[in-house]
Amino acid sequence: MKVSYYPGCTLKTKAKNLEESAISSMTALGVELEELPRWNCCGAVHSLAEDDLIHHVAPVRDLIRAMERGSSRLVTLCSMCYNTLARANRIMREDEVKRKTINEFMREEKDYRGEVEVVHFLNFLRDEVGWEKVVERVKRPLDGLRVAGYYGCTLVRPREVAIGPPGHPEILDEFLRAIGAVPVDYAGSNLCCGSYQIVANPEAAVDAVSRILGGAVGAGVDAMVISCPLCEFNLSGSQKGLLEDGRISREVPLFYFTQLLAVALGLEEGACRFDLNDRVAVDLLRSRNLVHC
Amino acid sequence: MPIQISDKTVKRGFIERVMKLSGQDIYKCFQCGTCGGACPMSGSMDAVPRRVMHMVQLGMEEEAGGGNTCWTCASCHTCTVSCPRGIDLARVMEAIRLLTLRKNVNHVEPSKLEKEEIKRLPQIAMVSCFRKMTS
Repeated sequence: MKVSYYPGCTLKTKAKNLEESAISSMTALGVELEELPRWNCCGAVHSLAEDDLIHHVAPVRDLIRAMERGSSRLVTLCSMCYNTLARANRIMREDEVKRKTINEFMREEKDYRGEVEVVHFLNFLRDEVGWEKVVERVKRPLDGLRVAGYYGCTLVRPREVAIGPPGHPEILDEFLRAIGAVPVDYAGSNLCCGSYQIVANPEAAVDAVSRILGGAVGAGVDAMVISCPLCEFNLSGSQKGLLEDGRISREVPLFYFTQLLAVALGLEEGACRFDLNDRVAVDLLRSRNLVHC
Repeated sequence: MPIQISDKTVKRGFIERVMKLSGQDIYKCFQCGTCGGACPMSGSMDAVPRRVMHMVQLGMEEEAGGGNTCWTCASCHTCTVSCPRGIDLARVMEAIRLLTLRKNVNHVEPSKLEKEEIKRLPQIAMVSCFRKMTS
């Protein structure tokens, strides 16, 4: 099976461990992720003003690239890209006036009416590959590893683009069970990590992170899985400071969920790019004999 | 501190602009405070979102736009999905930000970021921050 895939900017630089582990895992599961030709930055955040249509042009252009290839679906990995593409797509499907203006502005492109469906990798894994097949292909189950799924904001808010029931998404728990890990409930799976405030107001963002990590530590997790490079940057980058200040009692090993998928599928360690993770994450897997790097 | 409200203080143009930009009926807010209770950033705000909503209802342009609330908002939409009146507060915050940014004022100055900081930050952090905080 082949499916069109949108990587997004950060997956090509700081989050190669998200992209490379995802592509290798899908290949192992019999799915080829075909990178969209001539893709551009989605804009990272959805524009919320009624009169601001110019910022929808970038994500819509990506959707047109997918339509041109005859793709009915576009799979994304980064949570923020998913949110931005899915919300722009809804506007093109549902708002006739805005759709007309955007299409007229992009005269050089084919008219777009929301023909493509934006699908997050997790939903694709569940609905197209299926948990049964994942379970079947697991060679190195993460037996006993207690893992907290972290959704953050953009996978679950607003409601109209949520990848699962808002407030009670279960898809990461289902994923974790499929790869043999034990999903752990904790306060914080849907809390915001402070997002872009890490640039403008880092203290406020670190406060937000402390509540998420504090919840995970309190629940006794071994590790946490995420899907967003900005969440990863905020959570991972704030840990040492929070530990020094005594605001958390230990560091939490963080992984992109696709890295644990690749480990469970028995893929070679190079595909996981653990060199981009914190040492504490690699040490955990080594202590469980799951990796040897 | 008591606030004087009169025809002279209520900036009706401001109320209209916020409602038009956000597409939200700000008069629906009945001051329950659910938004601020849910907001992960409210501890760092001068005024919780409920107060800012009240300021907008009362046409207090300087107070609503002059505090740090809209600039501390991370657009996480927790308020939006929590509001019992169905108000998309994230859009109201965006409208208040834009009324400042559209005067050609940047809240964050990209050129002032240290070289090392730019190297350290992922694109996703800079693009999203500049989208929300520069004109």
